[in-house]
Amino acid sequence: MDFALTPEQTMVVDMVRRFVREEILPLEESLDADAEEVAPGVLARLVDRTREMGLYGLDTPAEYGGPDIDMVTRALIAMECSRHRAGLYAPCYQAFGGARQAQLFEATDVQKERYLYPMLRGEKRAFFALSEPSGGSDPARAIRTRAVRDGDAWVLNGTKLWISGADRADYGLVFARTGGPGRSGVTAFIVETHWPGFNVTRVVHTLRSSKYATEIHMEDLRVPHENILGREGGGFEIANDRLARQRIPYAAECLGVAMEAHRMAIDYARIRETFGAPLAHRQGIQWMLVENEIDIRSARLLVLDAAARADRGEPFRTESAIAKLVCAENGFKVVDRAMQIHGGLGVAKDLPLERWFREMRIRRIGEGPSEVQKHVIARDIIGGSLR
Amino acid sequence: MAVRLQGDWQELDVQTCAAVGGHLGVYQLGTGGGTIVFIGVADARTRFGLRGELLRHCADPPTGATRFRVEVTHSYRSRYMELVEAYLHDHGRFPIGNADLDRSRFGTLRPGGGPA
Repeated sequence: MDFALTPEQTMVVDMVRRFVREEILPLEESLDADAEEVAPGVLARLVDRTREMGLYGLDTPAEYGGPDIDMVTRALIAMECSRHRAGLYAPCYQAFGGARQAQLFEATDVQKERYLYPMLRGEKRAFFALSEPSGGSDPARAIRTRAVRDGDAWVLNGTKLWISGADRADYGLVFARTGGPGRSGVTAFIVETHWPGFNVTRVVHTLRSSKYATEIHMEDLRVPHENILGREGGGFEIANDRLARQRIPYAAECLGVAMEAHRMAIDYARIRETFGAPLAHRQGIQWMLVENEIDIRSARLLVLDAAARADRGEPFRTESAIAKLVCAENGFKVVDRAMQIHGGLGVAKDLPLERWFREMRIRRIGEGPSEVQKHVIARDIIGGSLR
Repeated sequence: MAVRLQGDWQELDVQTCAAVGGHLGVYQLGTGGGTIVFIGVADARTRFGLRGELLRHCADPPTGATRFRVEVTHSYRSRYMELVEAYLHDHGRFPIGNADLDRSRFGTLRPGGGPA
């Protein structure tokens, strides 16, 4: 088994690493510690650079103008893109095109014209509304938002919670119950945010001040029948597909932050002296650094294994769940140890560690908590009888 | 937690502002009649947090501003966005002191209740 990167992958990694070092890190010197955006003119300049690199629109299929890259390379890029202060939730400030609503690549031609292409051109923003106050990890059972057919439209009523970007979006995917309980009763609708009955009622403030979540209320919101994405009752598969796809780059981003925190901890341990010797001479510190190294290396192998399986066209649900679980848990531990090594400086906003600590804590919950990943893994290794 | 800022208004003078803590957070400047004329944020770039920002405004207040109210919060960025978007919902425009903000960088919020 050969774990070495190909020459092309090595070149891409070096290119993205240099981009982060030369373009992103200098910008952050003058941005707020929790910034998630750069000025439009600055973003345009960054996008020009990523286009020159042939890497704009990372999550866009090649037939829609995206770069034709494999999942292993995508994971390697995600690791490099997240190695800066805003890297977890705003990697490179969206200079690589940001996240896409991948489900829309399966939309009808009419839906693509109206929603997908404007999004790809950067003219429209979208959101993804699955979670509700009743829960987000088990959407098949938790969804209570109801859609009732009324002539050539559906009438939606309900509440969505933890929805990122809804207040600034033009449209979004809303999952509602059109049938009975369980998976087959859920349908995905494309909803425009200016339609009567659609209301973003508040921002949900959390540990993460950037890329905040919102709460949505829908009251007698009429959605045309042709705005169903996929088929009636097929919403769960659409939602599930998105979650499985997202796990690999999501895991890799956790790892990128952990790698950078670890690098900082090593540098600091070498120069910071206590009681007449550098921290790096203390066994307690050495062991923390060793544990970081092991946590990062093991997580990296797992995320690349999941990506390689996806590239080979093999089932990768279990592997991506393991990768997401280990990268989030290990990444959090690495950042925590790096903070501890930095002492008081580690918790100050002068350094990115405190932001990573807050955001990595969320990563253990977002896109499926660690316990849900274990549930997915257990179901796959034990068998279908497990509910 | 209320969407709109609910703290008591205080006088925008050096003595009062100097007593405000140096925490991160959000604030509003208003007229004597309680009309909001500016919504601000004391982010991690400020040297003395809310106190520093308010003292800066004391020296050069936006038109009509004679009072202030604050909210200490670690979620200062999302709270600032929420306050501006709530104001846009209530009034259809930015506060006069925030007229230079870029509308495209703010979203649409429809909170319940009436303007504060």
